[in-house]
Amino acid sequence: MGDTMFGDLASVRDGLKDVDYLADDGIASVVFLAEKLGKPVLVEGPAGTGKTELAKSVAAMTDARLIRLQCYEGLDEAKALYEWNYKKQLLRIQADRGSDANNEDWTDLQDDIFNDEFLLTRPLLEAITAEEKVVLLIDEVDRVEVETEALLLEILSDYQVSIPELGTIEAKQIPIVFLTSNNTRELSEALKRRCLFLHIDYPQLEREKEIVLTKVDGISDNLAEQVARIVRSIRQIELKKSPSVSETLDWARTLVLLGVESIDVEQAKESLHILLKYQSDIEKAAKELTVEG
Amino acid sequence: MLDLMSGFVVELRNAGLPVSLTENLDAMEAVKHIPIEDRDAFKYALATTLVKNEQHWKAFETVFEVYFSLRGPEYNVLDEDGEIDEDSLEEWMSQQMRGMGGQGSSEDMSPEEIAEMLFRALMNADEAMMAAMARAAVTQFAGMEPGRPVGGTYYLYRTLRNLDLDGMLDRLMEQAQERSEEDMTSLQERLEREEFENRIEDLKKEIEAEIRRRLVADRGVEAMAKTLRKPLPEDVDFMHASREEMANIRKAIQPLTRKLAARLARKRKHKRRGPLDFRATVRQSLSYGGVPAEPRFRNPRPNKPELVVVADISGSVAAFARFTLHLVYALQNQFSKVRSFVFIDGLDEVTHMFQDEEDITNAVHRVNTEADVVWVDGHSDYGHAFGVFWENYGAEINSKSTVMFLGDARNNYHATNAWVVKETAKKARSVFWLNPEPKSYWDTGDSVITEYATHADGVFECRNLRQLEGFVDHLA
Repeated sequence: MGDTMFGDLASVRDGLKDVDYLADDGIASVVFLAEKLGKPVLVEGPAGTGKTELAKSVAAMTDARLIRLQCYEGLDEAKALYEWNYKKQLLRIQADRGSDANNEDWTDLQDDIFNDEFLLTRPLLEAITAEEKVVLLIDEVDRVEVETEALLLEILSDYQVSIPELGTIEAKQIPIVFLTSNNTRELSEALKRRCLFLHIDYPQLEREKEIVLTKVDGISDNLAEQVARIVRSIRQIELKKSPSVSETLDWARTLVLLGVESIDVEQAKESLHILLKYQSDIEKAAKELTVEG
Repeated sequence: MLDLMSGFVVELRNAGLPVSLTENLDAMEAVKHIPIEDRDAFKYALATTLVKNEQHWKAFETVFEVYFSLRGPEYNVLDEDGEIDEDSLEEWMSQQMRGMGGQGSSEDMSPEEIAEMLFRALMNADEAMMAAMARAAVTQFAGMEPGRPVGGTYYLYRTLRNLDLDGMLDRLMEQAQERSEEDMTSLQERLEREEFENRIEDLKKEIEAEIRRRLVADRGVEAMAKTLRKPLPEDVDFMHASREEMANIRKAIQPLTRKLAARLARKRKHKRRGPLDFRATVRQSLSYGGVPAEPRFRNPRPNKPELVVVADISGSVAAFARFTLHLVYALQNQFSKVRSFVFIDGLDEVTHMFQDEEDITNAVHRVNTEADVVWVDGHSDYGHAFGVFWENYGAEINSKSTVMFLGDARNNYHATNAWVVKETAKKARSVFWLNPEPKSYWDTGDSVITEYATHADGVFECRNLRQLEGFVDHLA
């Protein structure tokens, strides 16, 4: 791509930091390359590590509009790509019959009812027809069936949509595309091949602390450090669901609200339910924290 | 550069990573945009275009480290002739030492001095210092000789043994105790310890990387890459998995069972409609003036599959058994009705143990200690175990049950009682057998897999995750 939105790697990281997203080197490089190469990014990782947030932040950073397609089982063309507004088409035909212009032949009418006016754009089509800059977020792509995935291929590799009645619509600008996946199933090779791959895992201690400091108002450096350390400690225990970054943030906020300066075991145990969502996990973690490590 | 890149991709493929041509081209394109001296960015650029599975990251990293180990400014350990550049290292070291009040160079540093400096570096989390100490430690302790045909692990072991990192951890903890004014609470202590363990782990990695760098310098890239090649997680044999590999496999099982459950559920939903619903058809016909133009059908009863798992947990399949139990546990969470049995020469039902225990490790422990699976001597006897199974639980198998036998069918030359499998297959919806042994070993020695196999709907070799996934795909 000729026009470059980002100067270099560092500017991507700083830009993301300005919108309160702390990217590590890996994330920054992938975002940078995505824009340079004009390729979609497939973001994978455990829930609550900021996959969706990344797309939002990139949109905020580049002042682009965020278009979001939430995937679910049973998603189809009509909801993802486009749909003909058949009610309006029917009305059009009716109106036509009402008038005395019966000599008008069918082909004219057909041309008439299959045009942009009767086309309902859905997120994917909207993203590529938009005039302004767009960030397209295809959320939880692993929820659609393998067959539906194929629907995305054309738009992801060529940034175009083929509509049988209208022909091929090509993108006016290349959107930055993010696909997120919680890895509940293996995505098809075809999809993976077209994307850059980014795995976001739970952050390192330092980064998590930074995140807590940026996102939680009025938290002391000391408390943030403690929070990050305890969370790391809990993640090492084998749990059904490890605490995610968003849960860490919730927990930190709670502690701030409670006016905690320094966490002791009792306080940690009492507020564990914010961090962990399974009773068995809470019990286990509480036990682990009390027993000497 | 081009040569280097294509060599790199070839090595990735050799390591088992599926790298397609387009991905290769993407990588070439990507590195154009990256300042070549930024090593990390370069690595991420290659990773994001070439590696599309998080599980493959480790393999990628190893290959990368080997291929690009001698490039990049901060890795200038070697000068032109491939000799270790002691001068600059020493100079740097002595500077550091002076700063700390010591003197001398790495040459005449005693092991105690190294240990002392390492201790301080760990205490203060000084990364540059740690890296330097890792180098010094390798020089001092590993005793590397060019051309010696020993693996990197040997040198690693020698270095670590001399450093006594466990003792180091204890000292660090004492120091931390002294530093804090009051007594540390157990929570603080735990966190402190974890922090130090983490730093030591980093140090180990640093030492490993240092050894690898020197080995590459000695032996060349291709030879090194070959020795470091390890199977990908999905190809790791269950029977010979290391602890770490086992942990990876365990993580992968969960999504697999979810997949299995989802597939079966979807099949239920999309199934052909049920029999004609007369009432609904008549009701519908009213809108056509009583003509039953649109027949209505009953929705088929949702078919809830019942899973019966019969697993061998004897010594010969011990490693597989551990995995099996994890699989059973994971299945139990996904299916509404799972009954699990384990056997050696006796057989016992363990369903309740998996149900009562929220925690898999406890559950496995209970199975191993409480289940009554030994009848005579604790050597596999499929015949007797199956006999017991049929006698006690045979009546409960019905047309909804899917029965899975897990084991190597090594029967110690006892009677096979293959009729149990035959009778089970008659009553059950389907019967599958998963065998953890390679196919070429089947029916050798005391293995009697074919006798059982003739009655089962399918027998699958199941030695690694890839094969297990294949089985799941086959099922659904």
